[in-house]
Amino acid sequence: MNHWIVAPIVLPAILAPFIIMVLRYHLDLQRIFSVAGVVALLGIALTITSQATTGEIQVYELGDWPAPFGIVLVLDRMSAMMVLLTALLALPIVLYAIGSGWDDRGKHFHALFHFQLMGVCGAFLTGDAFNLFVFFEVLLIASYGLMTHGGGAVRLKAGVQYVTYNLLASTLFLFALGTIYSVTGTLNMADLAVRVAEIPPEDTALLRVGAVLLLLVFCVKAAVLPLHFWLPASYANAPLPVAALFAIMTKVGAYSILRVYTLAFGPDVAVTEGLVGAWLQPAALVTLAVGAIGILGSQHIARMVAFCAITSMGTLLVAISLFSEVATAAALYYIYHSTLATALLFLVADMVMERRGGAITPTNPMPQTGLVAALFFVGGIAMAGMPPLSGFVGKLLVLDASRNAPDANAVWAVILIGSFITIVGLARAGTLIFWKCYDAQVVPPVEAVRDEGTETTMSAPEPHPGLAFTAVFGAVLGLVLLTLFAGPALEYTNKTAEQLFTPENYISAVLGREE
Amino acid sequence: MEALVASAVGVMTAAGIFLILRRRTFPVILGLSLLTYAVNVFLFATGRLALNAPAVLNKYEDVPYTDPLPQALVLTAIVISFGMTAVIVMIALSAYLSSKDDHIDMSASDSVDAPGEDA
Repeated sequence: MNHWIVAPIVLPAILAPFIIMVLRYHLDLQRIFSVAGVVALLGIALTITSQATTGEIQVYELGDWPAPFGIVLVLDRMSAMMVLLTALLALPIVLYAIGSGWDDRGKHFHALFHFQLMGVCGAFLTGDAFNLFVFFEVLLIASYGLMTHGGGAVRLKAGVQYVTYNLLASTLFLFALGTIYSVTGTLNMADLAVRVAEIPPEDTALLRVGAVLLLLVFCVKAAVLPLHFWLPASYANAPLPVAALFAIMTKVGAYSILRVYTLAFGPDVAVTEGLVGAWLQPAALVTLAVGAIGILGSQHIARMVAFCAITSMGTLLVAISLFSEVATAAALYYIYHSTLATALLFLVADMVMERRGGAITPTNPMPQTGLVAALFFVGGIAMAGMPPLSGFVGKLLVLDASRNAPDANAVWAVILIGSFITIVGLARAGTLIFWKCYDAQVVPPVEAVRDEGTETTMSAPEPHPGLAFTAVFGAVLGLVLLTLFAGPALEYTNKTAEQLFTPENYISAVLGREE
Repeated sequence: MEALVASAVGVMTAAGIFLILRRRTFPVILGLSLLTYAVNVFLFATGRLALNAPAVLNKYEDVPYTDPLPQALVLTAIVISFGMTAVIVMIALSAYLSSKDDHIDMSASDSVDAPGEDA
């Protein structure tokens, strides 16, 4: 067995308790180990991605129990690229958190950060539906800690809403899994695919209920309308570097939709034929539209970026809901783009909030206005999908893939008008924040905004703005590289989509070792 | 027995959902716990209800057995929901203590959009 597959889960699982138990009072050492851990995770992710490019689907049997009796981890092209994305996203965020001093405003930032990475990587790698639930809980419980990191009354209140909403979603997840198990008698995804195909069509009522419940759960995670209500308040009130990390969490929902509804309840399975796409597509279009309107209407930069995240999830799910090879390849490319672009905008929003507060109204000019404004401009271009950055390529691919879809007119109209409203909204925010400040009435400069209730029990080193800028430029570099190497990236995602739409290979790799 | 288990799940779910729709955190957390009880019983029943049957296969004679997998799943679900309830109690308590307000929705004045308020 190839032990690299389990490494992205084991490494953070060991590192996080080590940071809590051994390095609890040594912030500098925590930072060193945390960054080293993320770099090592990136190395592991690159290794398994290069292994996955051969197209072979590798299976890791935990405890050497063969599927479907034991839990398996499965490494295919899609899980490898998602683990790689997690590591690529984590590196600038951890550097930014160190550079901006966010990790010093509460306790255990780095430990929670690595627990979160463990949950995300596990969710991407697992081949078992119940294990997917467990990894969802791992990433959620870490995210509860990260979301309320630094404290403060407003943030804790937003945290209560966030936790309540996600606990409800977890309960729904268990109901869905129970329903599916009671019909099929298995929760291994490959085995599930086999059993679902065997069930006679007249006995599938309960199974359809289970499939739709499961879709609802993933839609909550992916913040699809009308299940998105948790997102704006919790992202806007979370520490913004954490919100940038949460950009991958909505993608976990999108990934799960793509995985489960191409494998177990695939588009050509009679039980759920047409069920998923028919519901998901209108919901995704409305998500896009509401997100765009939210960008235009926001009065606070953090909330505006949260709506940017919703818009990009809408675009992504439009592509996913088409359930065709071309559209899935476009969606996979867009996942990379939208995760990096959302994270970049959250980091820039944090810079703005640290310097002048987040309200989108003219106030005094802030230090380093030019540099921050340039970064906001780049992030805005990427998010809105204007050339020359990867958002343009991504949206072009999505539009191209939906050209022959039955509802192509609606899809094109919503995506194009939504992009236009996004541009207007971002331009409005940028103008008010960066340009109008020179005309604003000069009020005495406010003290640096610090969170109430912040305890700095550890030694409080000065923030390193240079490191923070390096991290943000790293995210920009990621977007630029994604644009420059769009060809090879698209080749990879094309083959990934091809692999996803031939689930027979996945099933035989997991179940039939003798073959 | 089926009717009893089914109605227990139904009543607990209904009561849980009713409590979750309250405006203060305390009933909401009670509702969440009721819902997790409901889902635990539901998961337990997904392996079909069997009376006086061991959770192991018998190699030597054909005796009834009960499905062991849902029991393992329930155990996991209980542990997770218990831990999560503890977490939300702590977060809700600290939210209550820091804002002196037990309402679950954010009032307009402390929302992030409020002018002059930089969270």
